[in-house]
Amino acid sequence: MSQDVDHYLNSDGLDSDREKMIGQTIGYRYDVNLVPDMDRCTPYLTEYMDKMNWKDLNWLEDVHMGYEEDRAAVFDRNINGWVTIPDTIKLPDNQQDRDMIARELLLKFQMSENHPMVQLREAYAKF
Amino acid sequence: MATVSKSSQSHDMGLHTEKLTNRTQQQFFDAGESANFTYAWAPEVDTNKVGTLDCEGMDPTDINIRLRELMAEGCGTINLSNPGSMHGLCVGILNRLQLNITGSLGYFGCGLIDGPNVNISGRVGWSCGENMMAGTIVIEKNAGSTFGAAIRGGDLVCKGSVGSRTGIDQKGGTIIVGGKTGAFTGFMMQRGRMIILGDAGMNLGDSMYDGTIYVGGEIEGLGVDAVPADLNDLDRKWLKSKLDLYGMEAPNGIDNMQKIVAGKQLWNYDNLEPSEKKLVL
Repeated sequence: MSQDVDHYLNSDGLDSDREKMIGQTIGYRYDVNLVPDMDRCTPYLTEYMDKMNWKDLNWLEDVHMGYEEDRAAVFDRNINGWVTIPDTIKLPDNQQDRDMIARELLLKFQMSENHPMVQLREAYAKF
Repeated sequence: MATVSKSSQSHDMGLHTEKLTNRTQQQFFDAGESANFTYAWAPEVDTNKVGTLDCEGMDPTDINIRLRELMAEGCGTINLSNPGSMHGLCVGILNRLQLNITGSLGYFGCGLIDGPNVNISGRVGWSCGENMMAGTIVIEKNAGSTFGAAIRGGDLVCKGSVGSRTGIDQKGGTIIVGGKTGAFTGFMMQRGRMIILGDAGMNLGDSMYDGTIYVGGEIEGLGVDAVPADLNDLDRKWLKSKLDLYGMEAPNGIDNMQKIVAGKQLWNYDNLEPSEKKLVL
């Protein structure tokens, strides 16, 4: 993981000669192997875990805050794309708390009736 | 000639003007928008409402349809019996559900699930939990090869031993094996975590791109680009809480588990077209 938590917000992330040559960051822009610190879990996520009868974050363990086009974003696997986090949300100064925010926002987005999957499902679902 | 023609046609249609990087969805979160905990289309279920399903004499399609019907009726707990090791059972469940299976499943059991908690009292065949998205699956006995193939999220637990190529192409989630695992476990793993409490076969983590494999027993051999790493305190804390969830223990203690990660020597990013490469190199 980058030494600076804002590294990908404040720069293009092209650090090595190879990255500069190909114009692309090599590897993820966040630590995909970082396991969550449950002491930082938000009340909303705790309520979600209770509802699903899970004792931990389950699939949300793999959700991290990432950085796309120099903005904070989270990857939504259901639409195969990044969803940008509004500038109005103040980002904490560490990755663990940022990841918890990303999980909460992604969950609310996915479960919303405005999520693109709702329209896609209406159009294409077979079952 | 056909290839040239198709290529020309696709250019004429403008298919190559699409920007392939930075495909950001220009959608923004509204934190106050939704307080749902399940998908908008998922039926509301009550875990206290119990449904039963005896699979004797039914075919897999009918069983899977009946499971959906029970959820639509509000059953949040379903007890399924006599699965008879049929293939493709209990797949594509996209809702919260407590599913208790008495018996064994065949190939591709519980694939593509997103949310349910599944307990299986028997064994499972190849590719159990394939493309699993979320939820938990706990198997009390052994599992076949390609256990958790292409899993994307959730916890997939086998309390016994599993075959080869466990977690092949794993893209997320946690796979836990109480016993041994076969050759090429973690082959082409991309992310996620794997906990093997027993021994691991040859070529562990071969060509893994990222992710973490924890092994409690002996490793017969590491695959290409799989390298040992040091356990840190966060690893230990996470391993303990995860194993406690399923009543499992590392045979030699968590502190003595081996951690395997990608050496990242096989990473080969390249945005350049062949003609551009010639200019650069």
